[in-house]
Amino acid sequence: MNLLSLLLLPLLTAVVLLPLKKEVVIKGIALTGSAFQLFLTLFLYSTYRSERNNGNLQQFLFQEQYNWFPSFGISFHTGVDGISIAMLLLTSFVALAGILVSWNIQKMTKEFYLLLLLLSAGAYGFFISLNLIVLFFFLEIAVIPKYLLIIIWGSGKNVYSANKLAILLIGASALIFVGLTGLYFSLPPAVRSFDLITLSQLQIPSELQRWTFPLLFTGFGIFSALFPFHTWVPDGHSSAPTAGSMFLAGISMKLGGYGCLRIATYLLPDGAKEYANIILILATIAILYGAFATMLQEDLKYINAYSSISHCGFVLLGIGMLTKAAMSGAVMQMVSHGLMTALFFAVIGMIYERTHTRMVSEMGGLMKVTPFITTTFILAGLCSLGLPGLSGFVAEMKIFSGSWQNTGWMHRTLTILSCASIVITAVYILRAIGQTVMGPLKDASYRSFKDASWNEKTAALLLISGILAIGIAPYWLQELIEPGVEVMRLKMGIN
Amino acid sequence: MITDFLIQFRSETALTVLILLLLLLKITREVKNETLLQWMQLLLCGVLLLIASGPFEGHLFGSMFIATPLITLEKLILATGFLLICMLHHEWLKAHEHLIEFLILSLSSLLGMFLFISSGHLILLYLSVELITIPIAAMVNFDLEKRRSSEAAMKMILSSAFASGVLLFGLSLIYGTTGTLQLNELPAALQAQPLQIAAFLLVISAFAFKLSVVPFHLWTADVYEGAPVAVAAFLSVLSKGAVTFMLITLLYKVFYPLEAVGYPLLQILSILTVLIGNLFALRQKNLKRFLAFSSIAQMGFILASLSSYTVAGAAASVYFIIIYLFSNLTAFGIVQIVNTQNGKEHLESYRGFYKNNKFLSWALALSLFSLAGIPPTAGFFGKYFLLIAAAAREQYVFVILLALNLMISLYYYLNIIRLVFTKSPEEMETVRISQPAKLALWIGIAGTLLLGFAGNLLEHIQSIMN
Repeated sequence: MNLLSLLLLPLLTAVVLLPLKKEVVIKGIALTGSAFQLFLTLFLYSTYRSERNNGNLQQFLFQEQYNWFPSFGISFHTGVDGISIAMLLLTSFVALAGILVSWNIQKMTKEFYLLLLLLSAGAYGFFISLNLIVLFFFLEIAVIPKYLLIIIWGSGKNVYSANKLAILLIGASALIFVGLTGLYFSLPPAVRSFDLITLSQLQIPSELQRWTFPLLFTGFGIFSALFPFHTWVPDGHSSAPTAGSMFLAGISMKLGGYGCLRIATYLLPDGAKEYANIILILATIAILYGAFATMLQEDLKYINAYSSISHCGFVLLGIGMLTKAAMSGAVMQMVSHGLMTALFFAVIGMIYERTHTRMVSEMGGLMKVTPFITTTFILAGLCSLGLPGLSGFVAEMKIFSGSWQNTGWMHRTLTILSCASIVITAVYILRAIGQTVMGPLKDASYRSFKDASWNEKTAALLLISGILAIGIAPYWLQELIEPGVEVMRLKMGIN
Repeated sequence: MITDFLIQFRSETALTVLILLLLLLKITREVKNETLLQWMQLLLCGVLLLIASGPFEGHLFGSMFIATPLITLEKLILATGFLLICMLHHEWLKAHEHLIEFLILSLSSLLGMFLFISSGHLILLYLSVELITIPIAAMVNFDLEKRRSSEAAMKMILSSAFASGVLLFGLSLIYGTTGTLQLNELPAALQAQPLQIAAFLLVISAFAFKLSVVPFHLWTADVYEGAPVAVAAFLSVLSKGAVTFMLITLLYKVFYPLEAVGYPLLQILSILTVLIGNLFALRQKNLKRFLAFSSIAQMGFILASLSSYTVAGAAASVYFIIIYLFSNLTAFGIVQIVNTQNGKEHLESYRGFYKNNKFLSWALALSLFSLAGIPPTAGFFGKYFLLIAAAAREQYVFVILLALNLMISLYYYLNIIRLVFTKSPEEMETVRISQPAKLALWIGIAGTLLLGFAGNLLEHIQSIMN
């Protein structure tokens, strides 16, 4: 299967939207396009499975290469392995759900859908690229839609948040860029390349890894809320419109985690080993800090945004642990958190549309009037706190069991500390659920609320099906991810 | 001989004929501006085709005038820019009572640029600099009833005269120490003697004046603000483009024996220019002044790439100029279209612009994103290739400083885009766009979006560079 179709389909959908005027048609086409995209990724998954079952052991499948700027070593090289497929699946689930949830968007409908499609196209392009500069190109493509989504449709202090987000992320890109060019020019001219596969076969000198690794890892880490550069996350997520938050937390933050793993850690294993302790400490701080900060929040969106910092900390923790289980746990956590947080933001959007407030203290007893929405809300919360049977448990369990494989006292301490965060998560999640969902109805006008409409239900069921599919039968995902992680570990030269 | 002349001198001859025709027209009969502009645009397309008719190599007048495929390409770029300016500023030009004079002046300046980038002799270089500058100074004064316009023209002519003096001083020192004025004989004669280094510094300073590189940038913002928008566009794209092209020739073909001096010099100038340009652009309230400072910052990035003294750096600069031409002309064109309609050029007046002007807003947003270097616009590749080229010397602190400057520039570009897309109680009414301007805007948008995918173009530039 040609991977370019994954990138071209959303772009094509966007182009078709351009001349249209009628809102229903616009929504319909955007929905059809992203539904088709979901089928395409599922098809990709099944072809990938059958290729692997037929004994195709290539590291990256479905490779294609198109010349772009040969003199700078840039070609559009595409290819996927299990990890990228997991991320692609996540993207198409969240994208479709996002489009469904924003069905009732009031102003500038066409522009809204165009930007969402562009945002998802960037993510698809990112996950299929095997050339570092092209990958970087797709990483940055997302800046325009993110910024405009928050500026035009956002709420609260959206200008401040949008500027903060754009500038921090461009700063992160600057670090990544310097890391990439440093890597390029420090190699002897004969072997200079931006190609991921070519680079992975080189013996990159440790000296070089020592200074490029922090640049690349910090750069990608900022996208994934690496402490202390996490500050764009709460503001950005809470100011964005519902679908914007879903895309930001569900997809965009995963670009960072993927980059940390695929580029920084995979290409520069010596650097990763050298800096692993610092990563672990920062990740643990993010996990605990995020969890404690969430406890203080009153606004539902802020609750989810801060808990995202905590959950994405687990991704970095898993990567920093450098064991097979922990690293594949990190990828699982990316997928799981993507689905779970998208579901969370979707439900918060649904609640807000009805109550017109996001303050926990101003809500209560919603279970009586909107049972579907509140059940979904509870489910998302339980997934967040790691209830067995849901995806969060599987991912975090995997990371913890991988973490215990490291024996040093520092690893032990950090593992125990981050394990403890689960308790804090339980506290804030249960508190939020209890106050909003249970108890007497806070306001008489709440009685008139309608439960979820068809589009909201579909979106929620879509994401829930993903969460359950991982939670109940994690084996398929593990099978998808582990060969990719295995290759990285082989390169690192640890068992 | 005569065929050589006709082939290699074809674009210059065509422009001269055009200028003479316009002069004749001025003294013989009245023509409606509209018709004249239409003919002008048609004839300019002819000139474009003529230039593009083939890359012929050779030299004329005893190597005074040089033609290479690269120079032909550069002329094509400049002429395209000129045509776009004629189309984008259609409304303003149409309404102007001295259209013919304006066209004569601007064509003379373009002719000067052609001779400038083709010059193989220091005297021709100096003469063509004058031919570029003096008409521009007159053009700056073309908002006839505005005092600021005259003031800007005065500033322009004074600072240009000073720059010319500096250039001439440098050239005479070169002649004094080497005994030759031929560009191709110079490298062998340059041995980094102190006096030659002084001459090099003087020449670079004069070029820095023209490129408004910090600390020689002080005239820029005032001139841009006072000048008609069309002239500001002309200055910021065409004149800067031509000077950059010649700077490439000088640095790479003539002064390369002085690389040890040139490298740190260009690096310092580049950082200063990027930083100061950006910091000042942050505080601007007037869109024209804003574009002036942002174009200063852009020049800094070009210098950074040139400082590497690699072919990739030069090729990336030319490629960047092409993208910059499309993006910046689009931005200026929109300022002009709005300004002609309602005289507004303040940033604040663009608040809520999107409501009634969807097409213009997207065009403006795309061009600004391209100037900021955000994908999927071509500006991303333009900007990052400059940075990659600049990194070739492995001075990563320098590259980090440049890359961080991208953050500052992003802030102010986004600021405008925010104003355009946010709501406001007093939104601007729908702005009418004339047909040629609309066509030119579409060309600009196409250039801004598609050039990034034209990998062959960069390869081509690199292959003709040697």
